[in-house]
Amino acid sequence: MRSSQSLGMSDTRTLASAKRMLRKDVMTCNKAVAESVKLCDVDVIAAYPITPQTSIVEYLAEFVAKKEIDAEYIKVESEHSALSALVGASPAGARTFTATSSQGLILMSEVMFTASGMRLPIVMANANRALSAPLNIWNDQQDSLAVRDSGWIQFYAENNQEALDYVIQCYKISENKKVMLPSMVNLDGFYLTHTLEPTEIPDKKDVKKFLPPYEPEYRLDPESPLTFGFFAGPDSYQEFRYEQQKAMENAERVIKEAAKDYYGFTGRKYSAIEEYKLDKKDTVLLTVGSVSGTVKEVVDKLEKKYSVGVAKLRMFRPFPFEEIRRIASRAKIIGVIEKDVIIGVNQGAVATEIKNALYGSKSIPVLSFIVGLGGRDTPPSTVEKIIKICENALEKPEKESYWMDLK
Amino acid sequence: MKIVLEPGTSLKNKTGGWRNFKPVIEMKKCIDCGNCWIFCPESCIRKIGNKYEIDLDYCKGCGICANECPTKAIETVLEEK
Amino acid sequence: MIVLGEKASYVKCRWKCEAGLSANRCWYYRQHLKEVSEEELFTSGHRGCAGCGNVITVRLVLKASGKNVVVVSPTGCTEVISTPYPETSWEVPWIHANFENAGAVASGISDAVKVLLRKGKIKSKPKVIAIAGDGGTVDIGFQSLSGAMERGHDMLYICVDNEAYMNTGVQRSGATPYGAYTTTSPLGQDTPKKDMPAIMAAHRIPYVATATISLPLDFIEKVKKAISIEGASYIHVLAPCPTGWGFPGEKTIELGRLAVDAGMWTLYEILNGEFRVTYKPTAKVPVKEYLKAQKRFAHLSEETIKKIQEDIDKRWAEAFR
Ligand code: SF4
Ligand code: SF4
Repeated sequence: MRSSQSLGMSDTRTLASAKRMLRKDVMTCNKAVAESVKLCDVDVIAAYPITPQTSIVEYLAEFVAKKEIDAEYIKVESEHSALSALVGASPAGARTFTATSSQGLILMSEVMFTASGMRLPIVMANANRALSAPLNIWNDQQDSLAVRDSGWIQFYAENNQEALDYVIQCYKISENKKVMLPSMVNLDGFYLTHTLEPTEIPDKKDVKKFLPPYEPEYRLDPESPLTFGFFAGPDSYQEFRYEQQKAMENAERVIKEAAKDYYGFTGRKYSAIEEYKLDKKDTVLLTVGSVSGTVKEVVDKLEKKYSVGVAKLRMFRPFPFEEIRRIASRAKIIGVIEKDVIIGVNQGAVATEIKNALYGSKSIPVLSFIVGLGGRDTPPSTVEKIIKICENALEKPEKESYWMDLK
Repeated sequence: MKIVLEPGTSLKNKTGGWRNFKPVIEMKKCIDCGNCWIFCPESCIRKIGNKYEIDLDYCKGCGICANECPTKAIETVLEEK
Repeated sequence: MIVLGEKASYVKCRWKCEAGLSANRCWYYRQHLKEVSEEELFTSGHRGCAGCGNVITVRLVLKASGKNVVVVSPTGCTEVISTPYPETSWEVPWIHANFENAGAVASGISDAVKVLLRKGKIKSKPKVIAIAGDGGTVDIGFQSLSGAMERGHDMLYICVDNEAYMNTGVQRSGATPYGAYTTTSPLGQDTPKKDMPAIMAAHRIPYVATATISLPLDFIEKVKKAISIEGASYIHVLAPCPTGWGFPGEKTIELGRLAVDAGMWTLYEILNGEFRVTYKPTAKVPVKEYLKAQKRFAHLSEETIKKIQEDIDKRWAEAFR
């Protein structure tokens, strides 16, 4: 999709990893996700098929059947049960994986809060898709943003490589004793899930070194019979929530460490925000997921005409407040391009979070651009319009939010 | 704060205070059938050989033991507080 | 209740007491009771009501199973009374996740055990036992349970049936019997009790049984049998609730016995499709005796009682023919 630059590969690379580049295979993002699961020595997979996630579970079923993954694959009767099965398997000592999308994610949402509250390092891939009603199977990011408060670490992939790399890093992050929170990798439905891209599969040996076997601190074991998922009253509940928040804060550091280690054997650099042509620019277009590719292309085309760059948000939970403040301190306006809306606020969840980050620091306008709901295409012309609106708003913004391409 | 609990810690919670009536076993009448022991919801009747002892720290005075004793060896008497 | 057509193979008294004494007075019964484990794996200090039938169920299950288990409980009485932070009454590994997912959580543990054993990451294989209330089983947990049974994970699911949502203050469930008052069936439940064991049997799992805490040896033997069977098994146990049914706490066991003797609850097992009644009451007690012992049936008219009796007579004839 994008040049090597968007993969953060412009850095000097060792010969070894350069050699590995030769082993790039062309695959869909769903295949890339399934391949990453294969690398992680996962013990229990539980999933339920849903468009556009389906081929992930098909690949996994095949891998398990062919014994390419030594795991139990529980073909549950719903997404609610998919995550529930993992909430059982994880404290039993298993490394776990599930994948879902949209309605499935929302059906799981009850258990998502439970999984995080019980501090289980479950990893999930979510194929971003619109929510019903009206029923729609195409891409937007309303589903994952609706569960932003569930206590899960959230990453958003721009391309297949990022999705694959993030699944592997997720285990490292989630299983860290200072974190012990579940995490999810979001991949845009169809735009990524069904798109073929050259993707590099890291070496199994390298991944094994990066990701040692899962050793839970507490497990369901008759030798030491512990109670999991107890009942906490007003005198203790708040403290457990606070511990979750602390863990999320610890995750920020752990995520950086994991990225550093990961870079060591792949040569691919990961950070909460990828900055693209951002130096000394007035307008920052803040993007999430696959739309970043289009936005970067438009910026490439118009960089002589407008002072504009791109900040691609890869991580939504924990939210990178510091990085946002740093980027804002050098800019004059931020245009947030996102595929969701908070009904009743008339802005996207990312835009409101950016404003939250900037409150009390350097005040610059933050505009919320709502695009691509229910799979509507976001063509370069729309991005161009957005850039123009931002330019004009440099003086004085007319309004805070724009529904682009509304018919 | 640990996210798990250590086993059997509810022993700290002495439920004897819930009781209005107190079961008293008259060992002479006891035929060692084990009914009171198997049915006690508080697991507070202990078998010691063929004798039975009630741990009043936990007995809630439900009266099941008295009701299920085939020889009426257990009597419930009003608790003096 | 008995829907499966097979002929009931009934033994007059499962403890071979030719005199047909009630289990309570039988010498064999006493002998067998001595064989029951004295180990208490559910400790005192829990918050169950005085005379709680759920707690007796849990005690009996753990006496049958011993230590090598992992127990899953969904939300409900058992969960709330046993694990208020920082205390727990469980002496076996135990987990609670949500209300409707005990079947799925147990599936996950069961399969995790399987794969971790295979990979040599754990050494022994505990049996996974779900202990759930009737609401968590026949209502909200129905789908997840059905999925788990159909997939046939190695686990035992026990429904502790006190015939309503007691933890939230007595609301009707699908397991509430016809005529019973609850706060949400103020005029009396107007539909029959859902026949959950039959539904479980329809999943064609190797073992399904009904039991009551009032016949502990029968119950313990069924639990042992279920544990020894590889694959999914289901036991539905009637556990009278003094608070929700409206009777004094000392009558918990008596009520369970009355339910069986009156034909409100039949004890049977279905082993690999083979149906067998495991206990036949020595004498049939009029259902009125059972109903009148509980406040939840106090409002029933003679006519309704007659209707219930007729229904029982029909089912009794089927079960014990
Ligand atoms: S009165 Fe109830 S709680 Fe007390 S010993 Fe008897 S059965 Fe146990
Ligand atoms: S129930 Fe009565 S006879 Fe039986 S052991 Fe207890 S006290 Fe003795």
